Amino acid sequence: MAFIFEMHSVSASYDTNTVLEGVDFSVDENDFIGVIGPNGGGKTTLLKIILGLLKPSAGEIRFNPDLPDSERIGYLPQISTGDVNFPVNVTDVILSGMMIRKRIFSRMSADDRKKAGRIAEELGLSGLERKALSELSGGQIQRVLLGRAIIGDPRLLLLDEPGNFVDSSFESDFYGKLKELNKRMAILMVSHDIGMISSHVKSFACVNRKLHYHPSSEISNDQLLAYGCPIQLITHGDVPHTVLKTHN
Amino acid sequence: MEGTIFQYDFIVKGLLGALFASITAGFAGTYIVTRKMVFLSGGITHASFGGIGIGYYAGINPVAGAAVFGVLSALGIEYLSINHRIREDSAIGILWAFGMATGIIFIYLTPGYSPNLMSYLFGSILTVTNADIIALGIMSVIFFIYFGVFYRTILYTSFDESFARTYSSGVDAFKYVTTSLIALTIVLNIRMAGVILVLSLLTLPPNIAMLFTRKYSLIILVSILTGFAGTASGYVISYFAGIPVGATIIFTLVIMWIIAKGITMLMLSGFSNLNPDCDRKQ
Repeated sequence: MAFIFEMHSVSASYDTNTVLEGVDFSVDENDFIGVIGPNGGGKTTLLKIILGLLKPSAGEIRFNPDLPDSERIGYLPQISTGDVNFPVNVTDVILSGMMIRKRIFSRMSADDRKKAGRIAEELGLSGLERKALSELSGGQIQRVLLGRAIIGDPRLLLLDEPGNFVDSSFESDFYGKLKELNKRMAILMVSHDIGMISSHVKSFACVNRKLHYHPSSEISNDQLLAYGCPIQLITHGDVPHTVLKTHN
Repeated sequence: MEGTIFQYDFIVKGLLGALFASITAGFAGTYIVTRKMVFLSGGITHASFGGIGIGYYAGINPVAGAAVFGVLSALGIEYLSINHRIREDSAIGILWAFGMATGIIFIYLTPGYSPNLMSYLFGSILTVTNADIIALGIMSVIFFIYFGVFYRTILYTSFDESFARTYSSGVDAFKYVTTSLIALTIVLNIRMAGVILVLSLLTLPPNIAMLFTRKYSLIILVSILTGFAGTASGYVISYFAGIPVGATIIFTLVIMWIIAKGITMLMLSGFSNLNPDCDRKQ
């Protein structure tokens, strides 16, 4: 199985504050990994290193040399309600995911537009292509941003707390869509909500300064504690594979 | 007939000034309003007053001094905010006051002739030179080319800078260039509207435009048109009423904004079913 990237003894720090230490981690094709851990534990820093926004203070990250730069990563960032008032429509947001393929001064071709239309249709956004973001619901905005992340056919999809903006009516759709996408790309999903993601991911990475990889979607609180990765478990009704801490 | 020649010159200068001011302010204003950079732009405006003072003192063109101050402070604020060295609003507040203080000190230190401070604070078309008009005209052309060529890049980096950063390493350079253009626009429009009022020349037209459209390129176009309508009519009114032009222009634009707001509120309450595309934000 081809790897997408490998990290070797990666550390990261802001000024004198070490956030990640000696992280060995790799993502292969078809992986679907949930990245969990407490706030401030280094989840976001890990994402920044993968995205190339932050240089490790020690160690290295190496991408598979067979992958062209432009096909590496699709990114779905956390969004805040402030951003969505920007005057931009659905098609333009999805198209912006093609930016890396374009020289800075070139325009979008008819093919690009067609592709944006197909993505919109695939994500259930037909008929909304010309709507401004501010006219959409939270779940619809989430889908638009997912469209932006996948239009470039990335080999790795990075999702940062996607649960924050998903409305419950779209939640199962959203994860169903991710499962489908996982057939053609690896997915790395950061979430503080292990209950929500445990039924969807194939394995876990627990990040709290160190990174512990857990090669199964079943994880117990004892294991989390052993990893030094205490997080709050939240369940949503009948979610399989979620183990709550037992009461003494 | 010296009077008519003077009048003719006055009208042509006024209209050309109004046109170029509206074009530059329409582009720059749409950028700063949608990116929520209005306070930053206020900082640039007032910081550039320091350059005006030093220009007077050193005997060089005050607008050139203001341009240097404006661009440097714009780059400084962007640098600080990109690198998170200091709270951005604090940095802006400091530069804001520093520029005003520097300007006032140097203007009072200038020996002999004391320039009319009021004309720089509140604007005066009488002090607008042909060179100013030409500079504004060139700036207008630059904006058409810049936005024409880099439209998508401007749109995408404005909408989601951190996302753009994951795809391109050129985002910072791009921001520096665009902010410099904004600073130059502000400085060149100071003669028209004055240090205190120029910001409204940039922010009011896009705010009127955004009541009617959520399309970025249309916001620019409508901003230019409303800007020109407000600037030209404010200019004419000020001429006949004998009141300061900068204040009249801003007053006219605010009235236009109130009327536009009233129209959209009426449309929302009365005909909301007929107008699904207009401002649906709560």
